[in-house]
Amino acid sequence: MSAQKDSWVSSFSFLLFCASSIPTWGSARLLQELSPQEYFSSLQAGRASLAYFSHNVFPGAQPFLEQIENSVEALQDYGISVVKVNCPKEDISRYCGKENAIRKAYLFRGNILIREFPTDALFDVNSIVANVLFALLFNEVKYVETLADLQNIENGLKGRSNMVFAYVPATGTAEHRAVMEAAFVYGTVHQFVLTTEATLLKDTGSDEPDVSSAQLLFCHCQRTTDLAQPCRRTAMEQALTLLNIHRHLKLMGAPLVTEVAEDPEKVSTVHLQLGLPLVFILSQKETYEADRRTAEFVAWQLLGKAGVALLSRDLVDLNVLLRSNVALKSPDEGVPIKYLVLEDTDEVITLVEDKNKVEQIQEDEEEEEEDEGEKENNNQDIQDDEVVEAVSRDKKRELPLEQILVLTEESFYSALSEAVQAVVLFYASWEAVSLAMLRSYTEVADHLKGTPGLLLSRVNCWDWPGICTKENVTQFPTIKIYEKGERSVMYNGMWGTEELTSFIMLSRVPCPLKLATIEEAEGYLRGEFPSELSSYHHTSLLGVFSTATSEAREAFEEAGNILSGHVTMGMYFEDDALALSRKYLVSPPALLLVRSGGQSVEGIALSKQSAQDMVRMIRYELLDVFPEITVQNLPRYLQLRKPFLILFSDGDIGQMESKEMLKLAKGRPQQAFVACWLNLKKTPVGRGVLRVYFATMPSLPLLVWVNLHAGGQVFKFPSEQSITEMNILSWLEKLKAGLEIPISTLSEEDWKPPLPAYDFLQMMETAVPELPLHASRRRGDTPEQRPPKSPGGDAAIPEEPTQVTKTEKVGSPGRDLRGTAPRLAAREKQGKRHSEL
Amino acid sequence: LGLALYAGSLRAAFLYHDYCVIGAGPSGLQAAYFLQQAGRDYVVFERSHAPGSFFALYPRHRKLISINKQYTGKSNDEFNLRHDWNSLLSHDRRLLFRRYSRDFFPNADAMVHYLEDFASLLKLQVQYNTAIIHVTLERNEQAWNGHYFLLTDQDRQNYKCSSLLVATGTWVPNVVNFPGSEYVEGYETVSINPEDFAGQTVLILGRGNSAFETAENILGVTNFIHMVSRSRVRLSWATHYVGDLRAINNGLLDTYQLKSLDGLLEGDLEDLAIIKDKKGKLHITLRFYLENRNTSAGIDSITLPQDELDNFATRAPYDRVIRCLGWKFDFSIYNRSLRMMPGKGNKKKYPQIKPNYESRGTRGLFVLGTASHSVDFRKSAGGFIHGFRYTTRAVHRLLENRHHGVPWPSTVYPITQLTNSIIKRVNEASGLYQMFSVLADIILLRENATAFEYLEEYPVGVLAELEMQTGRKAHNGLFIVIMEYGRNFSGADKDVFYYNRAVGEAQHAWQSNFLHPVIYYYKRLPTEREMRLRPPDWPLPRPDAVHHIVEDFLTDWTAPNAHILPLRRFLENCLSTDLRNFFAESCFLFAFTRQKLPPFCRQGYIRMRGLLGSEGLRRHAVEAGLLQDYALTDFLGDRQPDSHEGSQDQLLRDHVVPVRPLQHLVNAKDE
Repeated sequence: MSAQKDSWVSSFSFLLFCASSIPTWGSARLLQELSPQEYFSSLQAGRASLAYFSHNVFPGAQPFLEQIENSVEALQDYGISVVKVNCPKEDISRYCGKENAIRKAYLFRGNILIREFPTDALFDVNSIVANVLFALLFNEVKYVETLADLQNIENGLKGRSNMVFAYVPATGTAEHRAVMEAAFVYGTVHQFVLTTEATLLKDTGSDEPDVSSAQLLFCHCQRTTDLAQPCRRTAMEQALTLLNIHRHLKLMGAPLVTEVAEDPEKVSTVHLQLGLPLVFILSQKETYEADRRTAEFVAWQLLGKAGVALLSRDLVDLNVLLRSNVALKSPDEGVPIKYLVLEDTDEVITLVEDKNKVEQIQEDEEEEEEDEGEKENNNQDIQDDEVVEAVSRDKKRELPLEQILVLTEESFYSALSEAVQAVVLFYASWEAVSLAMLRSYTEVADHLKGTPGLLLSRVNCWDWPGICTKENVTQFPTIKIYEKGERSVMYNGMWGTEELTSFIMLSRVPCPLKLATIEEAEGYLRGEFPSELSSYHHTSLLGVFSTATSEAREAFEEAGNILSGHVTMGMYFEDDALALSRKYLVSPPALLLVRSGGQSVEGIALSKQSAQDMVRMIRYELLDVFPEITVQNLPRYLQLRKPFLILFSDGDIGQMESKEMLKLAKGRPQQAFVACWLNLKKTPVGRGVLRVYFATMPSLPLLVWVNLHAGGQVFKFPSEQSITEMNILSWLEKLKAGLEIPISTLSEEDWKPPLPAYDFLQMMETAVPELPLHASRRRGDTPEQRPPKSPGGDAAIPEEPTQVTKTEKVGSPGRDLRGTAPRLAAREKQGKRHSEL
Repeated sequence: LGLALYAGSLRAAFLYHDYCVIGAGPSGLQAAYFLQQAGRDYVVFERSHAPGSFFALYPRHRKLISINKQYTGKSNDEFNLRHDWNSLLSHDRRLLFRRYSRDFFPNADAMVHYLEDFASLLKLQVQYNTAIIHVTLERNEQAWNGHYFLLTDQDRQNYKCSSLLVATGTWVPNVVNFPGSEYVEGYETVSINPEDFAGQTVLILGRGNSAFETAENILGVTNFIHMVSRSRVRLSWATHYVGDLRAINNGLLDTYQLKSLDGLLEGDLEDLAIIKDKKGKLHITLRFYLENRNTSAGIDSITLPQDELDNFATRAPYDRVIRCLGWKFDFSIYNRSLRMMPGKGNKKKYPQIKPNYESRGTRGLFVLGTASHSVDFRKSAGGFIHGFRYTTRAVHRLLENRHHGVPWPSTVYPITQLTNSIIKRVNEASGLYQMFSVLADIILLRENATAFEYLEEYPVGVLAELEMQTGRKAHNGLFIVIMEYGRNFSGADKDVFYYNRAVGEAQHAWQSNFLHPVIYYYKRLPTEREMRLRPPDWPLPRPDAVHHIVEDFLTDWTAPNAHILPLRRFLENCLSTDLRNFFAESCFLFAFTRQKLPPFCRQGYIRMRGLLGSEGLRRHAVEAGLLQDYALTDFLGDRQPDSHEGSQDQLLRDHVVPVRPLQHLVNAKDE
């Protein structure tokens, strides 16, 4: 957005530069006042000047004179001087003498009179500039009244040069001026033709021209060699201003189709610089000629709206789908190039035009916010970290910390040894994430109030760094759970109330838990034993071992240590283990698994596995086949590094969809994707996801395929099809074959710094240029280059503080308390006053 | 008899140790502690029968000028060391100096007692009553440094060591020789009983703390005291150097400026001459007059300055002249082959050493403690216990790496902890604080800036040799955390109380005057040449970027917006990444809508350690506009895009440009 503006401004200022660099003989005062003799003797050949003859007092001419004065500067840009000639009373020469001459202005080139203007034709700056340039650019701008005149000119230009045809409802208007100013610059390149006849406009092809507004058409006559055919025309769609005309002519001057043989990311054309998109037609050697014709066709359609480039795939190594045939590069920086598969040229045009429309709307919105936005950009000191900001907004609230014991270096070990189970939160009182966790911790404490033998405590590492180092706490926050002051487990789950509560409760039970009787084992599988866990949702695992399989049992026990807190693990290896295994159709060593809330018991055979393998296997088995994805569980599924097939639903999903999806998910055991669903009621952030995919909220339920880890394409399952296993499978086949077009591609953008930092290095160099910061300077040189020492103040101290010192001394003696608002405000005011003085 | 023979044979041979430390003062004991902790073979030689013999005599008036703060309002041990200038470093909490004295400026006897306890409680290997009188080298290819150090004590016992740590301090009193200097009493022997000075007129030579301490003691009983020295008085609160004149000793400045007879004069002591008249009074004259006089003439013939200039300042005769000119290093025990050279200019009292505290003349010889102060003389605290306890640890770490392959201790953190690590250190680290501009924390970035390695308190003078000295790799850029006073803020002639001396706003932090943290960023390790050519008064060469954390009245740099936020922006811009924290919900959104995740989500949420945050906190974030509440904004969000979509449909229908199919482009893939 801003880049676009910059290029506009720069090209505009270039234009102005061209215009103003024409030497002028204007003196310090712009409107010269001369006597007739002085005036006529000062005229130089080839120089234009506008003169107005005046007898000293002539009240009627006063407003006209004002307008003349206002336009002096504008005319001077075009090398035209403006002179007020004071006629002596007795003078009766040609210009001074005649009574009606006083009501006219005269335009001279050298000493030749070009034109007389009645003063009522010069009613404002626009009309003055328009009329004066119109008179001077007689050859460059042809004025036509009839269609025949226009066609004659057009025919004469064919094969030679292009024509700029402008219609203005009246001369002397701002639009007229803009056309004349453009003609001043481009008059030698293109033939300008001007008309005020609306009928001429009708015949130029536009069906129902709006004759009340000015129009400009670019006629591509240079390319037209056939005299019988009219020149192609491209209308300018924007309002007639100098800037827009300049932009339009620039675009018309650019090559119709640019041939490109480099990475599209690096390509830059006039179009991109002027804020227009660039369409790439991807071509191959075999189809080059046809592609070129297509590109030209598209280019004509998009002329003035977008650039078109022809990219040879054979010359550039493109990492995109082979069947992509079109690419779109946005002028906005950082927006990745979109590669598309389009069926016909119409789609290309629609694509560009819609995009422009959307941008137009956005632009309007942005303009309103621009001031605000700019301010924010400068405000590097405004907090943009959601956690830090949330914590600091909450800092005045007193936390209910009664349930959480504060430990110190002295009390730490004694407190730990007294508790059966002690949870310790290690945090730093200045660190936002630990303070956020402290808030969740108070909620945990509330849940677990009165749990026997459980101690909830905290250590502030800012107060007691020694104990934190000793306990190997290198990050904030850290939670460790100590058993009788001996064994400790580091909490490695989500930093949330529920997760931590459940972890603490689950780790109260030995993992794995040795079950003594077959009744206990059955109760365990039903989730009834141990009873203290019955209220916590969890998955139960039961290892069944025969007395002989001690190796697997040891691995299982070790795995239990690792998974403690995340899952409950039971272990049964009594003599009647066989009875249990027979009941669930497994042979020991084996694993019986009951999912959280589930009824069925799944049996898994254990082979000779290491503890690590077993942990991995158990973690995998804990994943659901068709899970509801939530903020809490997403990472577990992300670790599979597979694409996601997500059913978005507002509330619970329908039975039919659920059944079909489950069938799909179960159908292939080693699924290449994660099938899941998302409940927008429970996980409202899902709406944020959909908004990114669709820009608008689509109707629900909705099935989406997301290539999270490869390419980031998002595909939408056709909403007209019903969600059945068969339909989905055939759709997935099409996806695989590359026959579907993604609705969106996830941004590949890196996470860059949100805002710039203070550039102290540069500030130092600006403030103290003598400071030998550059290492290249030789040391021996430096003493001479150091600034002379001044008593009191010093080179490194900027001037401002000393100035402020003087004024503050009077008003407020004493130590600056810094940061107090009234003082800061006062200082600012004083600063201002100084700069004014 | 056998025992005696055995002892005799030992005497002839060399007693070998890997490390020999000369001197059991604070730095010698500090070095011994680290060597003992690391399980190294070492011995400390002490000429006296107890540690800290310097403190048994000095300061003569027994008041230490190193502060001993009982309370700071904080329980952070590391932070509290910033205001405990007497303790040595150890793991033993009993060995904190505040347990030995309750005085803010403790008595020197407490220091002697403390050092005795330090040596005995920690069971340090100190060999007392052993004065090393000669040190020489024995070339040997096998030795760590190409030679062994051979030490000889007063009983001709020889010792052989691979590495020599010189912790002898500066104990040889500085003496000036001029005609009549025989009438001058030395600080080391002068009476400390004020009674002895009653009604006397005293001239003190020197302008350091010992001179003022002597003056302070007798201020109330003398007629008047004059002090002569070459340079102007340097007040420590103006120079920010603890070795300059401390406010506790400066009573004479008061009486001088209030015209209460005492006075201060500048002049070169070398030009001075003292003449004793018949009454025993001492007159000041100039060496110049003595040289020109007729040698045969009597004492009366000597020209006194007041003969020519009758208002000459020191025309009044003195009863006593006291020399308080400080001490210098004992160079006498080193063989010429060790090339122990005195420093240049005002550092001539110290031996020449490199910024890694190794002698310039001899590899393997390290100078510790006060004698090593040439590295930061008149700048930082390397000549004082609260400074050299850290430089000694740094030397120990360098030696561990050089001789035992133990790399400099470091901790590796994920990049999300970068801001936290720096904030933690600048707020509590004592070594950085005391040894400002000399010791610095080094942050070595790992590849792709996903993690970093944190090294504490490395001597920045040898930054260029970092990889060799620490055994750590610095391939991917580094940050250096150091503390600095404002440039041009400190100086003997500076007004340190001017208005607006303190900067309050973060964007002007680079103009901070008081001690504040500065972080330098280098894309690659500076070279030796760049270190050599760095601007004067700069601890480091020009960095690729620099950040100042704005000075703080409380030296508490934990303010989220004024301190942490600008630091985070600096780090982000150096690393070109986003170091913000995010709630799990935001990470969830990013995971589904972006191909890349910010480090906080990548290292937290994705590894199942996402910050879910309490309901209340998330609400605050929503109110701040940093988090969106999708459950709420839904209605508003839906309507507008709908109408928008409608208008797009309209556009599509109105579009009547003739269509030419792009069929051949689609077909291209089949060929």
